[in-house]
Amino acid sequence: MKKFQLKINGKTYKVKVDETTPLLWVLRDELGLVGTKFGCGIGQCGACTVHFNGSATRSCLLPVSAVVGSEITTIEGLSENNDHPVQKAWQELDVPQCGYCQAGQIMTASAFIEENQNPSREEVRDAMHGNICRCAAYNRIENAVVLAAKEKQSNS
Amino acid sequence: METTKKNSVDRRLFMKTSLLASGGILFGFNLLEALNPKALVPTTVEDLNFHEFNAYIKIAENGKVTLFSPNPEIGQGVKTSMPMIVAEELDVAWEDVTVVQAKLDTENFKRQVAGGSQSIRKGWKPLRQTGATARQMLLEAAALKWKVSSVSLSTKEGFVFHENGSKLGYGELVEAASKLEIPSNVTLKNPEEFSIIGQGKRNVDVYKITKGESLFGLDYKVEGMLYAAVLRPPAFGQKLKSFDATQAKKLSGVVNVFQFEDNIAVIANNTWAAFSAKKLIVAEWSSDASIDGTLELNSKMETIIENDKLKSLKKKGDVKVALNSSDKVLEASYDSSFLPHNCMEPMNFYANVTPEKIELAGSIQTPQNSVNSVAKKLGRDISEIDLKLTRIGGGFGRRLTGDFVVDAAVISDIAKKPIKLVYTREDDMTGGIYKPAVKYKFKAALKKNDLIGYELKEAAVNRGMGRHHAQNFPFGAVPNLNIASGLVQSEITIGWWRAPVSNFLAFAEQSFLDEVAISLKKDPIEYRLEMLANVKGKVNYSASRMIAVIEKVRKDSKWGSSVEGTFKGFSAYYSHQSYVAEVVEIEMKDGLPVIKKVYCAVDCGVVVNPMGADNQVVGGIIDGVGHAMYGDFEFENGKPTSSNYDKYRLIRMNETPQVFCTFVKSDEDPTGLGEPTLPPVSGAIGNAIAAATGKRIRKLPFVKNWELNV
Ligand code: FES
Ligand code: FES
Repeated sequence: MKKFQLKINGKTYKVKVDETTPLLWVLRDELGLVGTKFGCGIGQCGACTVHFNGSATRSCLLPVSAVVGSEITTIEGLSENNDHPVQKAWQELDVPQCGYCQAGQIMTASAFIEENQNPSREEVRDAMHGNICRCAAYNRIENAVVLAAKEKQSNS
Repeated sequence: METTKKNSVDRRLFMKTSLLASGGILFGFNLLEALNPKALVPTTVEDLNFHEFNAYIKIAENGKVTLFSPNPEIGQGVKTSMPMIVAEELDVAWEDVTVVQAKLDTENFKRQVAGGSQSIRKGWKPLRQTGATARQMLLEAAALKWKVSSVSLSTKEGFVFHENGSKLGYGELVEAASKLEIPSNVTLKNPEEFSIIGQGKRNVDVYKITKGESLFGLDYKVEGMLYAAVLRPPAFGQKLKSFDATQAKKLSGVVNVFQFEDNIAVIANNTWAAFSAKKLIVAEWSSDASIDGTLELNSKMETIIENDKLKSLKKKGDVKVALNSSDKVLEASYDSSFLPHNCMEPMNFYANVTPEKIELAGSIQTPQNSVNSVAKKLGRDISEIDLKLTRIGGGFGRRLTGDFVVDAAVISDIAKKPIKLVYTREDDMTGGIYKPAVKYKFKAALKKNDLIGYELKEAAVNRGMGRHHAQNFPFGAVPNLNIASGLVQSEITIGWWRAPVSNFLAFAEQSFLDEVAISLKKDPIEYRLEMLANVKGKVNYSASRMIAVIEKVRKDSKWGSSVEGTFKGFSAYYSHQSYVAEVVEIEMKDGLPVIKKVYCAVDCGVVVNPMGADNQVVGGIIDGVGHAMYGDFEFENGKPTSSNYDKYRLIRMNETPQVFCTFVKSDEDPTGLGEPTLPPVSGAIGNAIAAATGKRIRKLPFVKNWELNV
C-alpha cells in the first residue's frame, strides 16, 4: 500500500492503494467516480477511457503510480453542466441504448474533436474504432461525433 | 383497431387508489391479475409495496406525475416507452412526467422481466387501460366540482376542460378523485388522437448517462461492502480437486479465500485485489480429457442427423414422396457456433445475506426467478428477500439466467458479509451461458419450376427449436414439408441469446431459400412474393403483412438496379410477432466482403417511441452483421478457446454499415422490437456474397477461415 495524490477533474484526491492498481479501480472503488466503466481490463473495449493530460487513455491499463502529477479528466468532469458539445450531441440524438459503453465513447470523442476540428466521416469511424458498443449504437454514435464537431466549430 | 367494447373490463379488479399523506393521489395497479380485495395502496411513496400492485402512478398537487416503471431497463427503452403509454391515456404532458425504476420485493411482481421483446407486447393494453382509468377518475372529480356531467368535459395535457372554457389542473383534482370509486368502464383513445405515442421521446436516463451518474449494477455500492471474484473450473463439467491459496491470501486487501461447490471465491476490499488474488490461486482440477469440445459435438450432431435420431415438429403432405418424384433435389447443410453474450457490463451482483433478511441488488432481466432461486438455494423464504434493480448494461438474453445472483448470495452467506460479486471479462466470456451450436440439413424437392417439398433436420447442443419455429414460414407455402429436430447433450451451459433460435434458423433458411430461387432461375424477391401469395391453410403469420414489408424494402433499396461493384442480398423473417425484410449491399475489398448498407422495413404494430424504436432496430441489425461476420466461439475439451476481446472479435465502428430502417404504418398492437431485425441480416449478407462471388457460405461467421469457407 502506498499513498498517492491525484489531480482529477480539477480536484486533488489522496488515496492509499497498491501501486499496481489501475487508475480505473481507484476511480471506481476508492473515489466513487463510477462513470468510468470496466469492460475488458485489457485495453480492447474503451469503456474505461479517460483524458490523461488531455489525451484519451485506457484507465484499465494505467497504474495509479503513472498518473501522479498529471491531469485526469473523467466523464464526471467533462463539463460543469452536462453540456460539452459531445454530451449535447449525445442527448440530442438520443444515442445510448443500454448506455454502459457511452462514457468511454464520449471521452474518446471529446478528445478526438479537440485534435481534429473538422473530421470527415472516415476519420470519425477510424478514431472511434477502439470503443466497442455491444448494443451496436454505432450509427448514432458516428452521427453524434459529427454533430459535436460541427457544434464545437461554430462555438469557436 | 381498438373498440370501446373490448375495453369494458371491470377496472376495479386491478386498480386502487389512496390519498398520499404528503398530498396527491397514488394509483396502484396490477397489470396481470385481479387484486386482493383487502389490498391497500400505501399513503406514502416510501412505503410502496409490490406485493399486490406491480406499478404505481402518483399525481402530486402541483400536477406533476411520477410513474413507477415496472420493468428492468436493459437498453431496449421500456423505461421510456411503457410510461409513454400510460401518460398518453392519462393525457398529461410528457414534460411533467418523471419515471422511477420500481424495486422488486415480492412474489407477485410477475411480469418484471425484460426478455423476448415482450414487455411492450404484453403491457400495451393493460398500460393503456390503467392510464385511461386514472384519467376518467380525474374527469369525474372535475364533473363533481362543476356539478356537470363528465360527458361534457375533456382533458388535455394534465387539465380537465369545461365546455365554457374553464379548466382545472389534475393536481387540483387529486383529493376529490381519491374518494371516487374506480370506474368499471373506460374508453381508450383512438390511435389518431395519440399525442405522445408515436412521437420520438428521448431515453429518460440519457442525461444521467452522459453525466456518468451511478446507474448500473456495477456502480451499486453500500457502506462496508466487500468485493468477490470467483475462480471456476476451466472446462465445463470439470471438478475441483484441491487448491492452494497461500499466495493469494498474502496479497494486501484480500480478506478471505474459500471454496464453494467446485469454485473458489476470493473476498477483498476492492475489485483489483480480488481479481489479482484470483490469479495467484493454484488449483487442481479433475481431468478434462473426456469432455467434448466443438469438434466432438459437431460430429455427434452430424451423427444424429445421419441416423435420423430426430423428433418431427411439423409435417405436411409427404416429403419423401415429393423428394422421390421431383426433377431435382437441392441439399445443403448449415452450421453456426456457440456464442457468448458479451454484455458490455460484465455479470455482477450485490448480496447481503443475514439471519434476518437477504438484500440483493444489480442488473438482472428476471428478478423474480432470481429471488426464487436464491430462496431455494439458501433454504429461505421469499418474503425475507429484497431485490433492487439497477439499470442493465446489456442483456441479449444473458441476464435471463440468474446464476450469478445465486452465486453472490451463496458467497455472502458463507462470508457473512455484504459483498459484490464481480466477473472479469474472462469470467464472463468463459463462464457463460451460450447460444447453442446448431447444424441444419435441408432438402428441397423441385419439380416443374416449383418447390414441392421442403425438409429441415436440425441437430443442436442441449436446446433446439420449438414447435412454434417449425410452424413459421415456409410452412403453409410448400405442399410437402417436414421439420425435425434432435439434441446432443453437453455440460456447456446453454441459454437464450438475442432472438433465440431465429438468430440462426433465419440465416440457414433464408440462405437456402435463396439457393432454391437461384436454382429455379427466379428473382429471390419475386419468388418470395410468389410463395407468400400462395400460402394456404391456417398459419401463425400474416402473409400480407410480410408481403408489405418486402415490397417496401424492395422499393427503398432500389432492388434490381445495379451499381458497378456493389451486390445485394435479400432476406425476410418473422419473429417475435414482427415482420422484417432486409436488403444488404456489399462490396468486395481485397477479396473480403464489406457491408456498406442495410435497408430494412419493419412491421411491429404501433410504434410507441420512434426515437427509441429506431435505435433498437438499427442496433439489432448491426449486432447481427457483427456476429455474422466475426462471431465465433469454440471449445476444446469443454474449455473455451477465447476469453477476451483480443481474440473474440466484436464489430467496431469502422466496420459498420449505414442502416436505413422504415416502419410500415400499422394500427396493430405493438410487437417485438429488440430482437426481430437481427435474424434476417446474416442471410441477406450470405445472399449478397453469393451474388458477388457465386460462392455460397453455409457456415458462420463469414470471415473466419474465409478461404475455407468459400
Ligand atoms: S476496460 Fe479498459 S479498454 Fe476495456
Ligand atoms: S449502449 Fe450498450 S454497449 Fe453501447
